[in-house]
Amino acid sequence: MSEEPAAEGGTAPAVEISGLRYAFGARAAVDGIDLRVAAGEVFGLLGPNGAGKTTTIRLIVTLLPCPPGSVRVFGLDAARERMAVRRCVGYVPQQLSADGALTGRQNVALFARLYGVPRAEREERVARSLSAMGLEEAADRLAGTYSGGMMRRLELAQALINRPRLLVLDEPTIGLDPMARAVVWERIGALRAETGMTVLVTTHYMDEAEQHCDRVALMSLGRIRALGVPAELTAGLGPEASLEDVFRACAGDSLSFLDAAGGDARDIRSTRRTASRLG
Amino acid sequence: MTSEAPAARRAGSAERIRWRLGVGPVWALCLVELQKVRHDRTELLTRAIQPALWLLVFGVTFTRIHAIPTGDLPYLDYLAPGILAQSALFIAIFYGIQIIWERDAGVLAKLLVTPAPRVALVTGKAFAAGVRAVIQGVVILALSAVLGVSLTANPLRIGATLVVLVLGAGFFSCLSIVIAGLVLSRERVMGIGQALTMPLFFASNALYPVALMPAWLQAVNRVNPLGYEVDALRGLLLGTPAHLALDVMVLLVALAVGVTVAAALLPRLTR
Ligand SMILES: Nc1ncnc2c1ncn2[C@@H]1O[C@H](COP(=O)(O)OP(=O)(O)O)[C@@H](O)[C@H]1O
Ligand SMILES: [Mg+2]
Repeated sequence: MSEEPAAEGGTAPAVEISGLRYAFGARAAVDGIDLRVAAGEVFGLLGPNGAGKTTTIRLIVTLLPCPPGSVRVFGLDAARERMAVRRCVGYVPQQLSADGALTGRQNVALFARLYGVPRAEREERVARSLSAMGLEEAADRLAGTYSGGMMRRLELAQALINRPRLLVLDEPTIGLDPMARAVVWERIGALRAETGMTVLVTTHYMDEAEQHCDRVALMSLGRIRALGVPAELTAGLGPEASLEDVFRACAGDSLSFLDAAGGDARDIRSTRRTASRLG
Repeated sequence: MTSEAPAARRAGSAERIRWRLGVGPVWALCLVELQKVRHDRTELLTRAIQPALWLLVFGVTFTRIHAIPTGDLPYLDYLAPGILAQSALFIAIFYGIQIIWERDAGVLAKLLVTPAPRVALVTGKAFAAGVRAVIQGVVILALSAVLGVSLTANPLRIGATLVVLVLGAGFFSCLSIVIAGLVLSRERVMGIGQALTMPLFFASNALYPVALMPAWLQAVNRVNPLGYEVDALRGLLLGTPAHLALDVMVLLVALAVGVTVAAALLPRLTR
């Protein structure tokens, strides 16, 4: 994976969002956010269930319609240049979405074909993607036999097949045990070091974000409440402070992090489903 | 990748064009279907049970009691193409449930963020249903031959039979995806699918000649793509008089409309 990035939008920020809103019916899931993710950084979008992280991400990856000019990916307008945006983005949704009835290799090859990877390169690129995620041994086993962490890494391999300049990961470590979480982060780190690709990741594990993200945005109720380098954000609150304290401080102290924004049945259900599929 | 040979690049550009036309994604989704069938063959068997029962119980019995006048043709022979079409219908009409499942599992979102055109994705799904229908169809044809149905031995006609089966399954899978795109829930797709299959099946020439039907049912049969599918299958397999050109035209147009509408509704599922 040592591909130089595509020519378009060479110096533009990886993601640029301005005044973005999105409502499901009357309820604003994203309520006016501005955000800029520089090319090459690992950026964490943090917040409790229902904060609007997934909605924001779905707007960025062109799954939801947005007004022209409100979302740009490497300078490309997510409303007007959807195909071009899709070509430079790799996306791993919150659910475990690899197909258990196919082998790991078949799962990745499917996306190689969907992204139009030329046949002459396909086999090799599929193999590279798999090995970049440490799955070469398991590649020819049915994905249904994988552990949760392996499944996640398989999805990363799928998202990498197109050599995206921006990798978008929605809760990549949700439902995984600490070991598997560490491995997933390790692979993301190695990938970033090797390719310089931009990573936009959502999580509600504050400790992970603190450890692995260059910058974070804390979200609740559809708005960004704080934004910056984790160490700088916590420094303002004293030496012992964590991102969770930052969150409490900026989202209003009545709002404990874990139950902020009220429950979100859809999200909890899909999380449960993910967890149960992990067995 | 660090060094690409120029030849590989050139080959790549021709492929890219083909891919842009949408052949790549369509083939990719069919291939995945074949791979799944290979990994789990039990499903092939369980799905063969129902058509086998129709042929064995219904077909053999009604052949004996001559309850349905089918001219010189033994009733079992008359029935076999109908059951072929029925099994393709049953496979296809629940494809919408698979789409809903794929939505819930995040698979659909991943498909929709690839640069593959929606129409190619839906066509791929439709042909994937066709792949299943063909595999099932081969099993049913073999069974029919064993039961003594005098099927054509002409490989071209068999080939054309399978093509018709793909078109029929493709259309009904699109219909199912359209339903899924409208009602958005698994239960409702299931309910509507069930409510739809029996009328589609009984208001067609699958079980009995159109001439035996009351006029209003004949009218229904005339707008029912399943009727055209059965007509073509019967003509191809048994050599009975059929309107092959019209049948194929109707199926092609139905499929094209189905793909277009389903592709337009697909993004609704991931909102
Ligand atoms: N498809 C949808 N239909 C209706 N409401 C939705 C839908 N998706 C999300 N929401 C609502 O939007 C809000 C933000 O959800 P989401 O972006 O999934 O948050 P997060 O990913 O931070 O947990 C929640 O209140 C949720 O209930
Ligand atoms: Mg979410």
